[in-house]
Amino acid sequence: MADKPKLAVFKFASCDGCQLSLLCAEDELLAIAEAVEIAYFLEARTAQIEGPYDVGLVEGSITTEHDAQRIQHIRKQCRYLVAIGACATSGGIQALRNWASVDEFIGQVYAHPEYISTLETSTPIAEHVAVDFELRGCPLSKSQLVDLVAALVHGRKPRVPSYSVCVECKRQGTVCVAVARGIACMGPVTQAGCGAICPAYCRECFGCYGPKEQPNLVSLAQHYAKGESDRDHLVHLARNFNGYAPDFRETSEALEGRVEVQKLK
Amino acid sequence: MPGNRVFEVKALSRVEGEGALYIKLNGNQVKHVELNIYEPPRFFESFLRGREVREVPDITARICGICPVAYQMSSCHALEKALGIKVSPEIRALRRLLYCGEWIESHALHIYLLHAPDFLGYESGISMATDHKEIVEKGLRLKKIGNELLEVLGGRAIHPINVTVGGFYRAPNVRRLKALLPELKWGLQAAIETLDLVSQFSFPDLEIEYESVSLKHPREFPMNEGRIVTASGLDIAMEDYEQHFDERHMKQSTALHSVKLPEEESYLVGPLARLNLCFDQLSPKAKEHSDKCGIDWPSHNNFQSIVARAIELIDVYEEAISIVSKYNAELSQSRVQYTPTAGEGCHATEAPRGLLYHRYRIGDDGLIAEAKIVPPTSQNLGQIESDLRDFVPRIALLDDAEATHRCEHLIRNYDPCISCSTHFLKLTIDRGT
Repeated sequence: MADKPKLAVFKFASCDGCQLSLLCAEDELLAIAEAVEIAYFLEARTAQIEGPYDVGLVEGSITTEHDAQRIQHIRKQCRYLVAIGACATSGGIQALRNWASVDEFIGQVYAHPEYISTLETSTPIAEHVAVDFELRGCPLSKSQLVDLVAALVHGRKPRVPSYSVCVECKRQGTVCVAVARGIACMGPVTQAGCGAICPAYCRECFGCYGPKEQPNLVSLAQHYAKGESDRDHLVHLARNFNGYAPDFRETSEALEGRVEVQKLK
Repeated sequence: MPGNRVFEVKALSRVEGEGALYIKLNGNQVKHVELNIYEPPRFFESFLRGREVREVPDITARICGICPVAYQMSSCHALEKALGIKVSPEIRALRRLLYCGEWIESHALHIYLLHAPDFLGYESGISMATDHKEIVEKGLRLKKIGNELLEVLGGRAIHPINVTVGGFYRAPNVRRLKALLPELKWGLQAAIETLDLVSQFSFPDLEIEYESVSLKHPREFPMNEGRIVTASGLDIAMEDYEQHFDERHMKQSTALHSVKLPEEESYLVGPLARLNLCFDQLSPKAKEHSDKCGIDWPSHNNFQSIVARAIELIDVYEEAISIVSKYNAELSQSRVQYTPTAGEGCHATEAPRGLLYHRYRIGDDGLIAEAKIVPPTSQNLGQIESDLRDFVPRIALLDDAEATHRCEHLIRNYDPCISCSTHFLKLTIDRGT
C-alpha cells in the first residue's frame, strides 16, 4: 500500500468543473481511489496528507499575487505537475480581463475596491512554472482525465489527440455546419477531445479545447469574414474560454487591428 | 475551559471552491465569526459587457462547474424577458427536465460524497466506501443518471452546449431520452431509500427561526418559474427582488453578502427553505414519503437539509420520469428565433443550492450593456455566520479539533458553492489565548 502513487488536486481561479470531473467518473472513482492515494483533494475529502506528491493536478489560472507564490510551492512538491482545463492551460474565461482594465472591473462589481487584491491578468500555469503535461478543455474530458491517471500509474504517456474537432465530426458522420449552414465554426482550428458535440447539436464549435497544432485561425477568420460573419462576432468567437492561448489571441487582436499580422490582408 | 480560544479552518473541505473560517471565543461567548472567501474574483459581470446575447448562457455556465444549468436557466429567462420572447410549453418542459438532471447530479453528490460522511463519522465519501461500499455505489449511480440526463439534453454534463436563449439548439433525441427510463425508475426507488437512510441520522439540535426565501409556483415544485415568497409572508414578483434584497461588501470576502431589506437581516435559501415554503407542491411520492420520514415540516434545523435534499431527489426523479414518458416526438421548432434589441430583464430560478437571480440590460447595439448576478451562496453567507454564532456556544466544551469539525459540518449544511459566490469561504476558531 505504501507504494501507491500520491495524487494531489489543487485549485486556482476556476469554476471547479474540471476537478469535479474526477468525482463525475462514477464508474471509475472507487477504482482510482484504490490505485492511487488521493492525498490532497479538498473538494472530496477532509484528510490531507503532506507532500511531496507523485502527481499534482492543477485546475485554474493565476490571478492573484498570493496564487503566483502558491504555484511555485506546489511545483516543488510535485514530481509531475499536470495543468487541467482551459483556465490552467490558457488563463480561462477570466483572462478576458487581460484586454480590459481590472480596476474598472473591480469598481463595477465591488462596493469597496480597496478590499480586493488581484493581478491585472489571468495567466496559465505554464507562464509561472514548468508544466509536465496539459489536459485541455472547458471542461476537460472525463475519459482523458481517467486515462491520464491510468497512464501515470502504469508509467506510460497519456493519449491525447493533436488533430482538430473536424476529424471527430467526420468520424461521427456529422454534417459540417460551416459548409452546409454557413456558420462560423472553430472546429478546423480547435483541438479534438470533446467528441465534436456542438456541430452534432447544430451549432458552431466555440473552441473549448483551445488551438490545435498549427491552427492558422487568421486564415480561417478571413474566410469566414467573406461570408456573413462580421468582424466583432469573429473576435468574440476567438476570444472566450481559450481566448488568451497565443494562436487565438493573435487572431482576435489582428481582427481588431491591435496588432499587425502578416497573414491578415 | 480556558478563557479565550480560536477555532480556525484555513481551507474548508467538501465544499465547492475555496474559503476559510475564523471564530473567536471568550469562555462560551462568541466574540467573532468570519467566513473568509478568498476564492479569487473572476469578474463575470464585467466581462459580460459587450458580449453577444447568445453567448451569455455559454459564459455564465462557467461560473460554476456543479450547477452550470442554473446559471444558463437564469440567464436565458432574464434575456428572454428583455427581448420579449415566450417559449413553447414543450421547451418549458424540456428545460424543467434539464434542471431535474442538474438537481439529481448535485444533490446525489452532496448527500453521498460530501455531507453523509459528517453524519456517519468519515472524513470523505471515499473513506466511507471502505466500510459502506454499497451505499457509496448507490450514490454514484444516482448521480450518474443525472449526468446522463444532462448529456442527452445538453450535449454534456458539465457546461452543457445545447442551451440557448429561446430554447435548445437541437431537440433531444426521443430514443436516447426514452432509453433512460429504466435507470430513472431505478433512481426513483433509490431516492426513496436515500430518504430512509438520511432521515435516520442524528441531527445536532439547532432550531432557528429562519426567514426562508424561495420561488413558489401554484402547481409545481419551484425551478424555473414562480413568485418570490418568504416565511414571514412576503410575496413578490421577481421584478421586485432588488427592492427587497440587497448585497453588502464585507472586508473578509470576495463574495458579497445578501441581506433582506429593510431590516438588513440574513435569510435562508436552498432545499430546506424550498421544502418549508413549497411542501404542498411536492410530487406525490415525495410528499408521501416525506410525511412518514419522522420530521415535521416546516423544519427549523438546517442540519436536516440533507433530508430536504433527499425529498427533492425523489421529487425530481418522479418529475423526470413523467416528462420523459410524455416526450414522444422531437419538436418541430427547438427554439424561438429573435433579433437582439435594446431592453432589460431579470429572472430568478432555483439552483440546487437556492435562489439564483440575474438581471441584464441589452444596449442599442444589441450587446450586453449591464449584468447583475446574485448567487445562492452569497445569499446564505450571512445566515451561515449567524447559525455559527448560535451553534458555537453549544459545542464550546468540546476540544478544538472536534468543535472545528462540527462547525465545518454546519457550513456543509448549506452545500456552499464558493466559486459561484465570488463575488464567496476560510475557518479559524480564535479562543484568544
